[in-house]
Amino acid sequence: MRTLNLCILRGGPGRPAAYQTYRITVDEHLNILDAVQKVWATQDPTLLFRHACHHASCGLCGVRVNGRERLMCLTPIAEFPDGATVTLEPLRNFPWVGDLVVDVKPLMERMAAIQAPYVRRDELTAGGEEGTRFEDCIECGLCMSACPVVGSDSAYLGPSPLAMIKRLLEEPRGRDIRSLCLLAGDAHGAWRCHSVMECVEVCPSHVDPSQAIGWLRRYLILRGRRQPAEAQRR
Amino acid sequence: MTLHVVIIGAGSTGAAVAHDLTLRGYRVTVVERGEVACETTGRNHGLLHSGARYVLNDPPAARECAEDNALMRKLMPDILELNGGLFVALNEEDLSYKEAFLEACAQAGVPAEEIPIKEALRLEPNLNPRILAAVKVQDGVFDPFHFTLAFLATAKHHGAAVHTYTEVVDLVWNGRSVSGVKVRDRRDGREYAIGADLVVNAAGPWAGRIGAMAHVHIAVLPVAGTMVAVGRRWVRRVINRLCPPCDGGIIVPQRRNSVVGTTSWPVENPDYIAIPPEQVEAMLAAGEEFIPGFRSAPLRGISAAARPLLHESSQLVTADPGARGVTRGFSCFNHARDGAPGLFSIIGGKTTTSRLMAEVMGDVINEATGITNPCRTREVPLLPYHAFYV
Repeated sequence: MRTLNLCILRGGPGRPAAYQTYRITVDEHLNILDAVQKVWATQDPTLLFRHACHHASCGLCGVRVNGRERLMCLTPIAEFPDGATVTLEPLRNFPWVGDLVVDVKPLMERMAAIQAPYVRRDELTAGGEEGTRFEDCIECGLCMSACPVVGSDSAYLGPSPLAMIKRLLEEPRGRDIRSLCLLAGDAHGAWRCHSVMECVEVCPSHVDPSQAIGWLRRYLILRGRRQPAEAQRR
Repeated sequence: MTLHVVIIGAGSTGAAVAHDLTLRGYRVTVVERGEVACETTGRNHGLLHSGARYVLNDPPAARECAEDNALMRKLMPDILELNGGLFVALNEEDLSYKEAFLEACAQAGVPAEEIPIKEALRLEPNLNPRILAAVKVQDGVFDPFHFTLAFLATAKHHGAAVHTYTEVVDLVWNGRSVSGVKVRDRRDGREYAIGADLVVNAAGPWAGRIGAMAHVHIAVLPVAGTMVAVGRRWVRRVINRLCPPCDGGIIVPQRRNSVVGTTSWPVENPDYIAIPPEQVEAMLAAGEEFIPGFRSAPLRGISAAARPLLHESSQLVTADPGARGVTRGFSCFNHARDGAPGLFSIIGGKTTTSRLMAEVMGDVINEATGITNPCRTREVPLLPYHAFYV
């Protein structure tokens, strides 16, 4: 067993923001998400957090752990020494709903506009016959929170939506390439990225949005779809 | 006059009931104390059952799975991994079930085809080369959160309201009838009442708490199951063990991962389940039996949630599900017979058949209200889950 001090940013719209610390003892083979759920179940039923699958598929439990965007289900208790204080804060760049919960609507609207696919060709499983698998992006929003450009330009499409456009240009699945290029080539699209690489650092699901954005820029240039500088300065 | 139904719980059951009832012309409000699918549904295995798992011990449930598996492939193809599944025999005892298993699949209408071991190993090279038999079935894979969201997105499109972080603290009464719910908005602590003509309790392992608010004794035994995910897609298909239901009997691949499960043990409080380390070890060992080297992949999550098992001590009068042989796996109740008219419960079941469960619940509700609009969920495709947010 390990005892941690979870220092959680509480509050929300119309409620004052303040850190509240919970002392909690949990098995060390578990994850921070289990510790938070135990706090909610045994100490404070008013605590708000998002979760569902506990194995990095639903994309719901993203927060900032000691300042860094992570999924709570992939943050092992064993990483922290006994008695450590772990600070948990909600994701940035999303409307704050309360405590550790944010409103992911801005990301979901972008994904809906792209008609983001969920199922792709399975290129990585060994064996005969073709197959499908789910796309890597779990739409957890960690990259949107970590990206300083998302923080300064609310119209920026953002790392994961751009990475999803790249996936569609690779494997169109019937989508309209032209409208995807317009979205990616927009002043708030691929050209807006400053290559800070925060998205690469925080992505829990092998997406590598920065690489995808570089790929998109190259794709747009080689196909003559780079928009004039004038349009980019909009 | 449009009747208003409040559904308590936004797991796959509540979501599917919302979808069913909006299509029948009811006005629907869903209240959920947490996030969509945040408990029992969210932490299920994500297996779209072929039905084969149940052919030996519950043939009607197997048939239901096979029928709804085929339907869901048409209704939400864009969010399913449809690579099929294999049942494999790992030892002589497993092998001894094979003939009965194949026979029972045929009886229950569950498509199953034995394939040569060599062919199975060609399809799945990472599988244990010492398997003694392999049977192809039509399993599929979903992510439970997105599965649930697709139902809710479609229900919203047809007028349903969905309130998350909204906890039911009491029922509202009109005379001796349940006429709504009193809720607390967990975001600001505000309490208010939502009036309704009918209230559906789809609270899963917490259904007993809602029942108690109406002095209806619903004894739900929360039974937890542990699953362990590793970060490598070892197989393309779902791999089931050809044996009666057992611990660690299945590997579900999804995305880049493989999820092995499950166990089964009763828990006292479903709000927090401490997963014993020995269960994690047991699951990894089970994975190793299917796929030598399974545990060499990095750990990618440990999860458990409570499944609601209806205890026979519940003093309930089961609504007759009719002549369609709809069953054991779940129960629908009209609590008018338990002294709480206006309140209904739907308990148990499987995510694979949540559409069917909702159809039965809708029929029970129609019977009570006299509304005759038939179920339409077999025909109406589900919207993309993103539509929930837009």
